[in-house]
Amino acid sequence: MNGGHDLGGMHGLGPIAPEAEKDEPVFHGTWEKRVFAMTMATGFLRTWNLDESRHARERQHPADYMRNSYYENWLRGLEMLLVEKGLVTAEELERGAADPSAGASAVVPLQAGDVETTLLKGGPTDMEIDQHPRFHPGDKVRVVNINPTGHTRLPRYARGKQGVVRNHCGAHVFPDRRALGSREGEHLYSVCFSATELWGERLNSDFKVHIDLWEPYLAAE
Amino acid sequence: MTEHSHDHTEPPSDLVLKVKALESLLVEKGLVDPAALDALIDTYENKVGPRNGAEVVARAWSDPEYRVWLLEDATAAIASMGFVGRQGEHMTAVENTAQVHNLVVCTLCSCYPWTVLGLPPVWYKSAPYRSRAVSDPRGVLAEFGTELADSVEIQVWDSTSEMRYMVVPERPAGTGGWPIDELIPLVSRNAMIGVEKARTPGSSVDP
Repeated sequence: MNGGHDLGGMHGLGPIAPEAEKDEPVFHGTWEKRVFAMTMATGFLRTWNLDESRHARERQHPADYMRNSYYENWLRGLEMLLVEKGLVTAEELERGAADPSAGASAVVPLQAGDVETTLLKGGPTDMEIDQHPRFHPGDKVRVVNINPTGHTRLPRYARGKQGVVRNHCGAHVFPDRRALGSREGEHLYSVCFSATELWGERLNSDFKVHIDLWEPYLAAE
Repeated sequence: MTEHSHDHTEPPSDLVLKVKALESLLVEKGLVDPAALDALIDTYENKVGPRNGAEVVARAWSDPEYRVWLLEDATAAIASMGFVGRQGEHMTAVENTAQVHNLVVCTLCSCYPWTVLGLPPVWYKSAPYRSRAVSDPRGVLAEFGTELADSVEIQVWDSTSEMRYMVVPERPAGTGGWPIDELIPLVSRNAMIGVEKARTPGSSVDP
């Protein structure tokens, strides 16, 4: 979707103003730690996947997405998913207390003793699929011009642009469909674009941008 | 940090209360275990961070065979050092040279190689960085005090898939023969994202 999260190429967002590396804590405040950990722990319940989680944050009003701090967006996404997936009712969220008539949850929460092994296991997205890759390194491709209202990992600034396949990364779970709950593989490519192709003729065009793109995002050129 | 960023101001008390209320609700509903939350936080505050990536880079600087492996199959080369798991399942390492400078961003969210760098800094997740890294990388680098010769080509990597990118910075001059343990402190987190170069010998180093 063309939401507030798709930021590549936007202007007017101000200086980066990075905090010095040696001074920056991992979290700025306890509430950030708890939002991070609640999001991770509930993610491991497998009630939703990573792309559903991303899509929840993206579905906010663009003004809210951009006004919120990073972990406020995580909090909003988590609240949306908890209610939409039926783990918590909107009334419980509003009151901050469980409805005694709701009954006990059937899910088993992540245990402290399982945190390390769960994190080490990770969540690989590579898949074996029957189809052969359509594109090969060196192939010229053009990104399709699609504007789906659902989740996609095709950024707006790449749509309609011509690039060159750098390499094939194997088949990976296709996020546009994973956000709808299905696990289907599509071939994934790293595609290289010139600055001129993406941004037009300009003074500083001595750079390239590599974008990871799934086969349904690409057409032969 | 300047005052314009709401990421660094004191959080409003209603936000703090809201987060506390949510946690107590989730605990009451049996959806989270507070001890597991503590363990998740401890992992990324104390166990997994950019020291891992610095070890990978220092080894690549010191061991030509490892460098080739890292550039050809970063997932396996990094896993061989024990750095595996969440947000590092699929890895690509890109090398800076005298001719090429690499820069990593995620314009759509905040994808970042947790296994080697830990959790991303605020600026990496911020709208100014995400918007401009792909359209004005030289301007972005200048904001980090990084100036490159005009002849250097910048390669930007937008992390739109589950492939995670780390930059192998150029080995600083004057470090020939240095043991790995002395090279590691030269490899800053920012150098492995690509916004800075590796620290030079004698420059102030993080404790």
